[in-house]
Amino acid sequence: MFRKLPDPACATVAVTVDGQAMRVATHETAASAALLAAMGATRTSPVNGEPRAPFCMMGVCYDCLMVIDGVPSRQACLVPVRDGMRIERQAGARALAFGSAETADV
Amino acid sequence: MSETFDLVVIGAGPAGLAAAAQAAELGLSAVVVDEQPEPGGQIYRAVERATKGPAAAALGADYAHGRQVVEAFRRSGAAYRPGLQVWQVEPSGEVLASDGQRSVAFAGRRALVAVGATERPVPIPGWTLPGVMGVGAGQILLKSSGMVPAGETWVVGSGPLPLLYMQQIIAAGGRIAGYIDTTPAANGFLAAPHLSAALRNLPYLRKGLKLRGALRRSGIPGHRADAVEAAGDGRVERVRFRSGGTWHEKPCDLLLLHEGVVPNVHVTMAIGCAHEWDERQECFRPRLDEWGCTDIAAILVAGDCGGIEGARAAEARGRLVALGAAASLGRIDDATRDRMARPLRRELRRHLPIRPFLDTLFRPRRGLTAPADAVIACRCESVTAGQVRETVRIGAVGPNQAKSFIRCGMGPCQGRMCGLTVTGIIAEATGRTPAEVGFFRIRPPLKPLTLGELAALGEDSGT
Ligand SMILES: Cc1cc2nc3c(=O)[nH]c(=O)nc-3n(C[C@H](O)[C@H](O)[C@H](O)COP(=O)(O)OP(=O)(O)OC[C@H]3O[C@@H](n4cnc5c(N)ncnc54)[C@H](O)[C@@H]3O)c2cc1C
Ligand code: FES
Repeated sequence: MFRKLPDPACATVAVTVDGQAMRVATHETAASAALLAAMGATRTSPVNGEPRAPFCMMGVCYDCLMVIDGVPSRQACLVPVRDGMRIERQAGARALAFGSAETADV
Repeated sequence: MSETFDLVVIGAGPAGLAAAAQAAELGLSAVVVDEQPEPGGQIYRAVERATKGPAAAALGADYAHGRQVVEAFRRSGAAYRPGLQVWQVEPSGEVLASDGQRSVAFAGRRALVAVGATERPVPIPGWTLPGVMGVGAGQILLKSSGMVPAGETWVVGSGPLPLLYMQQIIAAGGRIAGYIDTTPAANGFLAAPHLSAALRNLPYLRKGLKLRGALRRSGIPGHRADAVEAAGDGRVERVRFRSGGTWHEKPCDLLLLHEGVVPNVHVTMAIGCAHEWDERQECFRPRLDEWGCTDIAAILVAGDCGGIEGARAAEARGRLVALGAAASLGRIDDATRDRMARPLRRELRRHLPIRPFLDTLFRPRRGLTAPADAVIACRCESVTAGQVRETVRIGAVGPNQAKSFIRCGMGPCQGRMCGLTVTGIIAEATGRTPAEVGFFRIRPPLKPLTLGELAALGEDSGT
């Protein structure tokens, strides 16, 4: 889907995307790393299991929810990568809600 | 414990950065809070870094201007807190924000909402498939990550952004398989009467024509279509479009959609500010006076979240709002405010006359606000347009009833991706105007929070 323009001067960090080890630029987000890994769906819908992937890249659509370092439902397009970060596909499971009473513990 | 500032700015785009810099110059304490890791907002994303990066030349002079905006802000002494998502703003001016794990509070004598625009939702068949994204998303990847599309990439839609993006991609050495222009042919006639006003912003018009010229020379095949669909098994594999009454199908790995931008009104709606329907731009926007004041005294608005005016106007608006805030807080007198405002108002008069022309030329096509029954309107809850129509048949009179019947707008995005579509469908089905139908009632928190985070905030404010 996407490829990086060559940037030899760019520093990198090591991350894993769904278990696959890769080095990505320090300014990548978890979502852009997932796109580079060409993993296709980054989550499935909690409603009907449909495959989904980042859509807006600006924090609006919430279709980029992923499990990052074991924490589910992080907005991957807003999370900068860190060395050693584990970025994983999120399966179904409605893990987010609004309002204190119905806030699901994640 | 919350830190106190004269001005708490939400959003580090041109509006917020210019406002904070101007406020700091006038001796106000100001902080800018933004969910992104770097300043610049949507247009000047990653500008501090990207003007040196591999995409620098391709991004062009308008983008490079952002460097000055960010530098002026950095020099101003205003505080900057990146990586914080604002989830609540109190009518008093208090702002609560989260880094995803912990929340922090800022007490503002004034809070400035400068959260910009979002891409208008583009509900077409297949738009939830992986591989379908916004053109804005593609451009963000270019600016922030130096990424260009690979494989069969189709750009679909209307407005200046698709043209700009394609030109940037070509300049960066990327390839676009084709452009599907969905601008209704009749828009050109409708826009013609606004052309003479638009001529007052000749440089902008010239840029538009140059973009079109560059596109023609690039050899990207162009099609005009009045209907578009994405299809594929588990991800987008084909794009289908209807041109001159005939359907065409092409292989596609990446489909980028864009039908203009609309004000990001969720923050001002959640605060309870009065909003109005903008007929020409087909969107809601907060009701503002000439100093960016809402009907709530401590809440101010600048930039595209107050109505789409573009980046240069956003910058001028930000400065004007800072002047107004300084005067209302008694730091400058009204005469000083008005004198300092004069060149900024002149600046606005340079940038605004082109808007009626652009708004009419790129007015969204009808099918967008009332898609076919099978099309998903609400991505979060996978609710179709047909299900929204069904709620009208069983008695829903507005978006809030539809939401309680079928959960549309109740997912984590809180209606950001379906609000205008749901309003449009209900307006069409009930024969009322979008203004009469209204929008989802937006309640805080603006972003989903965990209980742990809320609890920690309680502990903090107790200390
Ligand atoms: C994806 C996209 C790409 C665009 N590209 C261009 C372009 O190339 N050229 C052009 O002329 N115009 C472009 N535009 C139009 C452009 O947005 C505006 O003209 C300009 O950026 C408006 O400036 P602003 O300061 O009002 O808002 P923005 O620049 O959008 O800045 C708003 C800021 O608010 C932040 N924010 C939003 N919500 C929250 C929250 N809850 N908590 C914390 N921070 C928050 C965002 O992270 C963002 O940094 C684009 C618009 C979009 C949506
Ligand atoms: S891609 Fe839309 S919120 Fe992250």
